[in-house]
Amino acid sequence: MKLLKTLAPAAALIALPSLGLAQDEGPAPGVNASTDTVFIFNSLLFLIGGFLVMWMAAGFAMLEAGLVRSKNVAMQCMKNVALFSLAAIFYYLIGYNLMYPLGTWASEGIISGVWGPAVLEVVGVTAEGADDYGYASTGSDFFFQLMFCATTASIVSGTLAERIKLWPFLIFVIVLTSIIYPLQASWKWGGGFLDAAGFLDFAGSTVVHSVGGWAALTGAIILGPRIGKFKDGTVIPIPGSNLTLATLGTFILWLGWFGFNGASQLAMGTVGDVADVSRIFANTNTAAAGGAIAALIVSQVMFKKPDLTMVLNGALAGLVSITAEPLTPSLGAATIIGAIGGIIVVFAIPAIDKMKIDDVVGAIPVHLICGIWGTIAVVFTNGDASLGTQLYGIVVVGIFTVVTSAVVWFILKLVMGIRVSEEEEIAGLDMGELGMEAYPEFSKG
Amino acid sequence: MKLIIATIKPFKLEEVREALTGIGVRGMMVTEIKGFGSQSGHTEIYRGAEYAVNFVPKIKLEIVVAASMADQVVETITKTAQTGKIGDGKIFVLDVAQAVRVRTGETDADAI
Repeated sequence: MKLLKTLAPAAALIALPSLGLAQDEGPAPGVNASTDTVFIFNSLLFLIGGFLVMWMAAGFAMLEAGLVRSKNVAMQCMKNVALFSLAAIFYYLIGYNLMYPLGTWASEGIISGVWGPAVLEVVGVTAEGADDYGYASTGSDFFFQLMFCATTASIVSGTLAERIKLWPFLIFVIVLTSIIYPLQASWKWGGGFLDAAGFLDFAGSTVVHSVGGWAALTGAIILGPRIGKFKDGTVIPIPGSNLTLATLGTFILWLGWFGFNGASQLAMGTVGDVADVSRIFANTNTAAAGGAIAALIVSQVMFKKPDLTMVLNGALAGLVSITAEPLTPSLGAATIIGAIGGIIVVFAIPAIDKMKIDDVVGAIPVHLICGIWGTIAVVFTNGDASLGTQLYGIVVVGIFTVVTSAVVWFILKLVMGIRVSEEEEIAGLDMGELGMEAYPEFSKG
Repeated sequence: MKLIIATIKPFKLEEVREALTGIGVRGMMVTEIKGFGSQSGHTEIYRGAEYAVNFVPKIKLEIVVAASMADQVVETITKTAQTGKIGDGKIFVLDVAQAVRVRTGETDADAI
């Protein structure tokens, strides 16, 4: 406080003469306040949204680290930091231009004609030199879109935890982030055929979350369940090592989602846009709350004791459910859409177990099933959406992702194997794959 | 000398320690253990799937005292660790052949 008091008058002294100067000479050359503001605020929205979504990588890492056993925590952290970094590089090399052909299609509306690395604007670009002065800087757009690509890859790692080899997983991430994700995303967000058909997906319930979910589901089926998960027809729970970390991870994801959905307004240069961004923040938050409380109540009623891991999944389910349309719902409608997502996961988690599919963190119920629910829920609040077109988009993206993922997983299985040995799985992937443990000072449990 | 091995409910440890020091017990060994007896575990639900907790957490006390004091120790543990509910634990009393204090080399009664 003391420092602030002494600094404040000094700051005023510095500020005053410069204000006077500006009045005397008019705005600096190259500054056009009336039109620059749109470019500046749109770019700013992308940058803030982008670093919030980047932080979701930390959320996924902590959630997954908490829901796996302690012998696999270092491996899970390794996968998360490596997949994020690979997504950053391969989205730059191939993904960005594949996703945003800007009208240059090799096959109209289906596949981009622009292959090659992303290129940014020059240093100190002027209004005249900017790629799109009426909109936003290319760097901000690239940075923001890259984070969505990385999020898709993060979804896959949790489901396949505790039994997949490191390198085959990372190779899958490369294909997912350079080809599978950007190609299907171009169909909607790149102005391709799904966009032309009137398919609506505001921030990616289908384009991001269901794609991650489909890839995870395909991988889980091909990879098989963890040893000891299913025994004599019954499901054997394998409790996670640290629910504190899982809770922190969930809150980090919740925070990051304001960037995910809020900045997907893609503009903040007008009163209308900034008010819409505000609506989206509020709706996103209330949907998460609705999902968490619904899961809390339903798990209490169904299992006699509320299940924290399901409440965490419920909050995320609410977030995924509102992602396809976070703008048009009222606060009440957003809460209900999120709450239905929360109810869905509590039923879907045991149902997926019954199908003998081992999803360690619940990514399939949260991202795939609630991604589908959220995409359908658009029709309740947005008059431009039609149920038929929404289902069309869900099915097209689903078939494409399952087929391409299955091909990649099978090739990897054939060429190098995707699963660690039984001995390594029992001893833990930390020692087997990395030769180090997350918690070396604890005895093994 | 007698060795008294007692398993008790973990939340009773502090109460039992106070009662035993109150009657003149000057040392004990404490171990966190898991086990089952007539309680034979219970079931819980994790992410919608029921599972059995076959081994219940307990505390194991090991106390060596003069033979004349053994009955009093057993009685004190029984009294303080008792809740009347299933799973209160068990007490075993064994003979001890020898005791040595490492610091001084004192033996038997002088060592405990």
